[in-house]
Amino acid sequence: MTGYLYYPGCSLKGSGAPYEKSLLAVFSALGQELKEIPDWNCCGATAYLSVDQDMAVAMAARNLAIAEKLDGQDVVAPCSGCYLSLAKAKATLAEYPDVRARVTAALGKASLPYEGRVAVRHPLEVLLTDVGPEVLKKRVTRPLKNLRVAPYYGCAILRPYPGVPSPQAPHSLEDLCRVVGATPVDYPNKARCCGGMLTAGVQSVGLRLVEILLCEAKAADVDAVVTTCPLCQYNLEVYQERICKAKGKDVRLPILYFTQLLGMAFGLDDHALGMDQLLRVPLVAPCAGVKA
Amino acid sequence: MNPPAEAPRIGVFVCDCGFNILGVVDVPAVVKFAAALPGVVHAEEYKYMCSDPGQDLIKKAVQEHGLNRVVVASCSPTLHERTFRRVVSEAGINPFLFNMVNIREGVSWVTEDKVQATEKAESLIDAGVRRVTLQEPLEARSEPVNPNVLVIGGGIAGMHASLSLANANRGAKVHLVERQPSIGGNMARFDKTFPTLDCASCILTPKMTEVKIHPNIRLHSYSEVVSVDGYVGNFDVTIEHKPRYINEDLCIGCLKCIEACVFKDARFPNEFDLGLAKRKPIYIPFPQAVPTKVLIDPHDCLYLRLGTCKKTCIDACEKDAIDLEQKPDRVSLKVGTIVVATGFKPFDARRKPQYGYGVLPNVYTALEMERFLSPTGPTEGVPLLQDGRKPETVGIIHCVGSRDKNTNEYCSKVCCMYSLKLAHLIKERTGAEVYNFYIDMRTPGKGYEEFYERLLSEGLKVIRGRVAEVTKAALTRAEKDHLIIRAEDTLAGFVRRIPVDMVVLAVGLEPQSDTQELRRMLNLSCGHEGFLQELHPKLAPVSTATDGIFIAGACQGPKDIPETVAQAGAAASEALSLIHRGVVEIQPYTAVVNEELCSGCKVCIGMCPYDAIGYDEEKRVVHVTEVKCKGCGVCAAACPTGAMDQQHFRKELVMAEIAGVI
Amino acid sequence: MQVVRTVKYEEELDAGFTNQVASEPGGDAIWNCLQCGTCSAICPVSIYMDKTPRRIIGLIRGGFRDEVLGSLSIWICTSCYACTVECPQQIRITDIMYIAKRMAMKESQYQRFVVPAVEEAFVKMVRKNGRLTESRMGIKVVRKSGLRSGVAMFPIAWRLMRKHRMSLLHVERMQDPASLRAVLDALEPRHAPTAPAAAPSRAAGA
Repeated sequence: MTGYLYYPGCSLKGSGAPYEKSLLAVFSALGQELKEIPDWNCCGATAYLSVDQDMAVAMAARNLAIAEKLDGQDVVAPCSGCYLSLAKAKATLAEYPDVRARVTAALGKASLPYEGRVAVRHPLEVLLTDVGPEVLKKRVTRPLKNLRVAPYYGCAILRPYPGVPSPQAPHSLEDLCRVVGATPVDYPNKARCCGGMLTAGVQSVGLRLVEILLCEAKAADVDAVVTTCPLCQYNLEVYQERICKAKGKDVRLPILYFTQLLGMAFGLDDHALGMDQLLRVPLVAPCAGVKA
Repeated sequence: MNPPAEAPRIGVFVCDCGFNILGVVDVPAVVKFAAALPGVVHAEEYKYMCSDPGQDLIKKAVQEHGLNRVVVASCSPTLHERTFRRVVSEAGINPFLFNMVNIREGVSWVTEDKVQATEKAESLIDAGVRRVTLQEPLEARSEPVNPNVLVIGGGIAGMHASLSLANANRGAKVHLVERQPSIGGNMARFDKTFPTLDCASCILTPKMTEVKIHPNIRLHSYSEVVSVDGYVGNFDVTIEHKPRYINEDLCIGCLKCIEACVFKDARFPNEFDLGLAKRKPIYIPFPQAVPTKVLIDPHDCLYLRLGTCKKTCIDACEKDAIDLEQKPDRVSLKVGTIVVATGFKPFDARRKPQYGYGVLPNVYTALEMERFLSPTGPTEGVPLLQDGRKPETVGIIHCVGSRDKNTNEYCSKVCCMYSLKLAHLIKERTGAEVYNFYIDMRTPGKGYEEFYERLLSEGLKVIRGRVAEVTKAALTRAEKDHLIIRAEDTLAGFVRRIPVDMVVLAVGLEPQSDTQELRRMLNLSCGHEGFLQELHPKLAPVSTATDGIFIAGACQGPKDIPETVAQAGAAASEALSLIHRGVVEIQPYTAVVNEELCSGCKVCIGMCPYDAIGYDEEKRVVHVTEVKCKGCGVCAAACPTGAMDQQHFRKELVMAEIAGVI
Repeated sequence: MQVVRTVKYEEELDAGFTNQVASEPGGDAIWNCLQCGTCSAICPVSIYMDKTPRRIIGLIRGGFRDEVLGSLSIWICTSCYACTVECPQQIRITDIMYIAKRMAMKESQYQRFVVPAVEEAFVKMVRKNGRLTESRMGIKVVRKSGLRSGVAMFPIAWRLMRKHRMSLLHVERMQDPASLRAVLDALEPRHAPTAPAAAPSRAAGA
């Protein structure tokens, strides 16, 4: 039983395409297998939980049940939102017997017994724990010297089921930055919300949160913000022009996935990492490894 | 063992304990059940069996029914075994023909299921009746109480207890053990005390001096208790004196050695100042330290660390007091009673990373602020920012680590008051605007509410809201280069961001980190929050489950100075009451040998921790020295032939009891 | 200027409301609230709420059903869980927000705006396809939130389409969405108990 089961989630098949590309490229470069869960379904996200608790749990649990039916390897969920939905469903089923009874009965009708055996993990933690910083460091061919990076965790991999340690003082992204030779800056709001779905629902509020995060990164004079979640990346990236215009300040910054950062340091091809699909890339071609 | 001399006539008395037992256990059914057990000739129920009428009822039943054995089913034996043994004895039955069954702590308090509770109570009473049937009459013996006392901890509690004891206890010694180089404890760090704002040093230093010069007190500073054996009235204590590298008897505290040290600058963090000030490798913890003797930190001293140094300190010392080859030394003492006054540990503010302690500049704990405010502290009584400026705004955050299920659930009791005190002093010394962020302002105590009122009238800004975070991420111009405290002003109904120059964290009080080791050494128990547990929260607040050991001050739970001193006095008086009685009763639970079964293998001799078993060469059997035996039972468990047994815990008794339960 | 009487008479409150919330998963610890306000202070969006999270908890505990279910706050919550992690009483405030959202969703009298409507659309799409197509969802959001936001979103959508991160043609779906529906249909939709008849949504004060 080697490798991991891979739960992409809907975003990685759409706007988060660069995340999927770079994730697969990095894992394959490290010889780690990621096997996509067959015919997975949406994790339910936050929306389903606002409508029906049992169904929200069942949505996420169906994917876990399929994983159990396979080899029961750990499920890697790169999207923080998906990570949280899966982890929360697992925790809810473990904690509340009545929810468990109803949901397992429903899954049972689809011949998907659920026991809660598989672990749900975020790739950042997998890379730092299972693969380990030493192995990662060895694979680095182009250290990203002089690259100043704002590490941004967002919420869902930290709270309330920490996928990386720890909710109040996370350090995994900083660790990763150091592995690739980049400089992580002190980014006080690194664990604050990016606005989530509010950027769509109540834009004035959502965009204000994005603005604060971008201004802070800008003030720290970084070359890029590194993210762990497709929604964070999207929110921080796509509204930059609009914020510039509305607020009259320059908040334009490249917003990378941590897997892209790692892939750059591994010397992987820009296209393979989806760099060309970002709206903005770090000023200097990353493969050069140095800032002009 | 001999069969009972007369046929057992057992009385079973089941207590309702108000609703404590009756509310869960079907007591009438239990009485009916008990009455039908073999040997039982009488069973009855009463509201409060421990009350006077309850006791009379037992005595009357003994007379009326000619009882010769008694079982009381009620609360824990730690509470009332002594009471009922006396009652039984007064009724003319040997007190060891009594058995107590716990159906309160063991049954009614731990279940809500009435049927199961009743069943469990019945089976425990069945076991108790079977056991009492086989119990033998025994005689307790008495032993003298050694009048010497051990006091562990030299803070305000330990000092006060020591002085009370020493003043009353003529001719006997109080051994006061303090692990720090000076007595005084945390109180010595404070500038002023609430609510009177009298100077802490002014009231503490005289007490420290009194301890130093008192003929009945032997101060063991920079020492730790390493072992305690024995029992009430007769404890054997070993104390280790850590090496100061100074001969305490010779040192006169002239401090010339410090001046002469090869380190010209003080560069090592001073523990007393919590690292805010520096000291040399050879130092005195603070000017008023008692004893006024220097000491050398072997981790900092060049000679002790590397073996080479010019040793200028030795040249400077006119008394030849410096001894760089000093080793730890141990002394053994005999004492009759022990007062534990080991105090508290402040909550580690790093466990609340959202407040930025250790990361953000100008974030301090309350204890550090006490040092800043002290005239002998690192800034000579005026709190300053790291850049040397006086703060213009200061935020004091209450409940750091307290009232928080993620850290300590309990209220630390003193923080509201000390935070108000700090607010007053900071305003007084710096003129800063001070904000106090609180959940509930807790100021019960004599003059305490009045002190709060005073602070309010002084213009203190109080915000009812627990602080969520301290950050330096500024959003407005006024916030720039400040620490921003984010809290909901719950009374005004707005979330606020308040920029301040300095943050003080009102950290709570926690048990000392080695409380568990202390607990094991002294055979005490701890509550779930880790503080030492008193025998009874209301009626025996300074006693412990181990006779002869008393607790005082914050080692028992968070408390302020007046309460600590009151407890210390109470602990001293409890100890004195034992000393004045002069004798203690020792339970006759000693080991006995059945010489016919003993094979003389001597396994028990090696096992006995008290050296209480000897070997009779002539008879080729072992024998027990009763005064030495502590009744631990190790020998009985180890004996391969079953010759060794323990009185009141004989195998038959224990087996009969087990049979009753299953 | 209109002067409003704000007294609350007991018969206007729903005494059972707190227990309804407390009996849902995640609502258990609500009785432990100390009203310390940590939740409001750590919340990134409490400053936009009509009632801070602390007040929402206080209102639930008092039985103020209408005020809670009719509040904007529950829809402003971004589900970031900061309150849940920071709460000194370990109250799962985010979960309680979800409980309130679910109750409000099931009772049409409570004010709606774009967020609940979007969530409903999301659920519908996911039920149908098993997965979410972001572009289609975006169109729905724009339709719910008005033409102006559509105009503003157009350049963003255009840039993403050029980067192949969005497509109007592609629909992300499972091979067999029916297999998911089979699971969902096996579950009874759980209706929150409706408001007691004695407590109309805007009770006229005596």
